[in-house]
Amino acid sequence: MNFKRLAADLSIFGRGYIRSRIGVFFALIFPVILILLFGAIFSGGNSGPITVYIQNQDGSNQISNAFITALNSTSTIRLIPVDSSQNFSQYLLSHSSSDGVVIPGEFSSDFVSGRTVNVTVYGNPASTSSAIVSGITRGVVSAFNLKRAGGSPIVGVHQLSIKSQSYKYVDFLVPGLIGFSILTSPMFALVNISSQYKRDNIFKQLSLTPLTKTEWLAAKVLWYVVLTGISFLLMVLVGVFAFGAQITLSLGITPFLIIGPLLFVSLGMLVGTVSKSVESAAVVGNLVTFPMMFLSGTFFPVSTMPTYLQTIAHVLPLFYVIDGLNNVMIYGNYGQALLDLAVLLVLSVVVFSMAARFFKWRED
Amino acid sequence: MSTIEVSSVKKAYGDLQAVDGISFTVNEGEVFSVLGPNGAGKTTTIEILEGLRERDSGDVKVLGFDPWKNGYELHKKIGVMPQGFRFFEYPTPREAIKYYADLFGVKVDVDGILRKVILEDSANTYFTKLSGGQKQKVGLALSLVNDPELVFLDEPTTGLDPQARRAVWDIIRNLKKEGRCVLLTTHYLEEAEELADRVAIMNKGKIITLGTPQEIIAKYSSGERLLVRGNQTLVDYLRENTKLEVRFDGNGLITILVQQKHDVLIALASIEQSGLEWTDLRTQRDSLEDIFVRLVGEPIEERAEVA
Ligand SMILES: Nc1ncnc2c1ncn2[C@@H]1O[C@H](COP(=O)(O)OP(=O)(O)OP(=O)(O)O)[C@@H](O)[C@H]1O
Ligand SMILES: [Mg+2]
Repeated sequence: MNFKRLAADLSIFGRGYIRSRIGVFFALIFPVILILLFGAIFSGGNSGPITVYIQNQDGSNQISNAFITALNSTSTIRLIPVDSSQNFSQYLLSHSSSDGVVIPGEFSSDFVSGRTVNVTVYGNPASTSSAIVSGITRGVVSAFNLKRAGGSPIVGVHQLSIKSQSYKYVDFLVPGLIGFSILTSPMFALVNISSQYKRDNIFKQLSLTPLTKTEWLAAKVLWYVVLTGISFLLMVLVGVFAFGAQITLSLGITPFLIIGPLLFVSLGMLVGTVSKSVESAAVVGNLVTFPMMFLSGTFFPVSTMPTYLQTIAHVLPLFYVIDGLNNVMIYGNYGQALLDLAVLLVLSVVVFSMAARFFKWRED
Repeated sequence: MSTIEVSSVKKAYGDLQAVDGISFTVNEGEVFSVLGPNGAGKTTTIEILEGLRERDSGDVKVLGFDPWKNGYELHKKIGVMPQGFRFFEYPTPREAIKYYADLFGVKVDVDGILRKVILEDSANTYFTKLSGGQKQKVGLALSLVNDPELVFLDEPTTGLDPQARRAVWDIIRNLKKEGRCVLLTTHYLEEAEELADRVAIMNKGKIITLGTPQEIIAKYSSGERLLVRGNQTLVDYLRENTKLEVRFDGNGLITILVQQKHDVLIALASIEQSGLEWTDLRTQRDSLEDIFVRLVGEPIEERAEVA
């Protein structure tokens, strides 16, 4: 390995890459567009309180107001008062909402005199938000009953928070899309380059110089490692600053940012060299790339997929890149990450040696 | 030691015998040209010599190396311009030359090379934007970067304009002057005649003939001819009164084949005696082109009988 030759090849390849622009778009800009898009689509659903319409038919009196204050004290729901003259169910429909609470007219007097009284909760049984509203209302009702009976709570809830509960979609999206970029930019480029250089006899031409196959391949790997590094920084910046992604940055990420491009440069090279023509290389390349692109946890965490798809995911090399990144960046589970890394190392050695074997400078 | 030694080399692609047992040597400092029609096996031969293709059988030594086994060493000493040269899309010719210099670990006068191949005007244009001829000049420029002892040029002038072709000829003459050996393939006979010390004519994987252009002409030429313009009556008169072979193209051009010097005098005397009109008297010899067309245009067996 001669580093001057490697540097010369890296420089001419890098310049060409930047000049053609298309590669830069797909490697750096496209993943950013994706994270903005997916981040925006899915960040609305989970965060923010549930809107609940509330009609107080009991007028403004201390006890019903206390009930409303208690409901309001959770940050999970946001109460919007509805005038007691309105037909409540009609009102909900006209506001495209299914969640509402009605406090009946005799609420305070019944509470004081100890007569049974019901608070009405409107909801859609199919929706999780309705279940949450119902649960919260029942909680407040129980507290009122206990108070009315003059008792004090015996069973309490001691709440601890485990980090896993606070994972947001965007947390997974950042490593997922880094994986996307680790896969797609070297794969598409190398499949194309290697089949085209073969067709145009450019490999033959290079074989007449002192540049070796290994130097040539190493220059490509190096280029995509650098590109992956830049893509990584962009994704992390956008994820953290635009969507408040909670990820841990540590040195444990680095091996994945190196092994990943190495693996997919080799795989792209392998597909490109074993194919007979540029066209068939493109077809085979897509067949290899697309399932991996969707099923390895790029856009959605693999754990949210049906079991049979999860099984498929486990045979896709990209899965181990993204799983490894998740383990380091989200769960802090280094043991599992090491396992992922081990799988990747074995895969890379196999694919790299196959690529190096089938990749010929010259014909025979 | 000869620069190139080839003996009984064969190469087949499936059923097709592309190179069928050829032997020749190229001497130090010589410009050697391989002539032949499309598919004759020129590129296959030259690529075997460059170490880009493996021969099926036979022996090859180029600068003392077996090109297939010791290609890596050999390549440092040779320059190659392949047929239909193509390269990366985005370097400029200047960058491409610099790249090659870095790969070979040599210092080069980039501008000097650009000037040599008349590419200064496009020195900073992306390769993909260059014209076909300009792209070929990049190929030629790259073949010169490592100061090669031996240069292989596979159809270096195909597709070039006349001025660029002359420029390539000048480059080849200069390479020879600098003591380098050049192996050149071409379809253009004038090119071989103009540049080559020796020529091999190839057809269907075989070398049909080999020698200096003059030797080949002397060997295969159908002799000298006397050409004269005249009418059918003159033709008839000559046929009646001499034993010479007389051809008529029906359009005023009479060709008289000359076997020996004396025949010329007989022909001239006979024309004079006829008292008929004649103009435009001249003699003609076969050019390499005539011989080439004749050699590759008809079956080889038939040719062998005539010769
Ligand atoms: N890689 C290959 N596989 C199969 N057949 C080939 C291959 N390369 C060349 N041939 C065949 O071998 C024969 C000789 O080809 P070659 O390229 O050596 O001819 P050439 O003399 O250089 O022709 P041209 O003047 O057109 O360049 C041709 O019939 C060609 O079709
Ligand atoms: Mg050829």
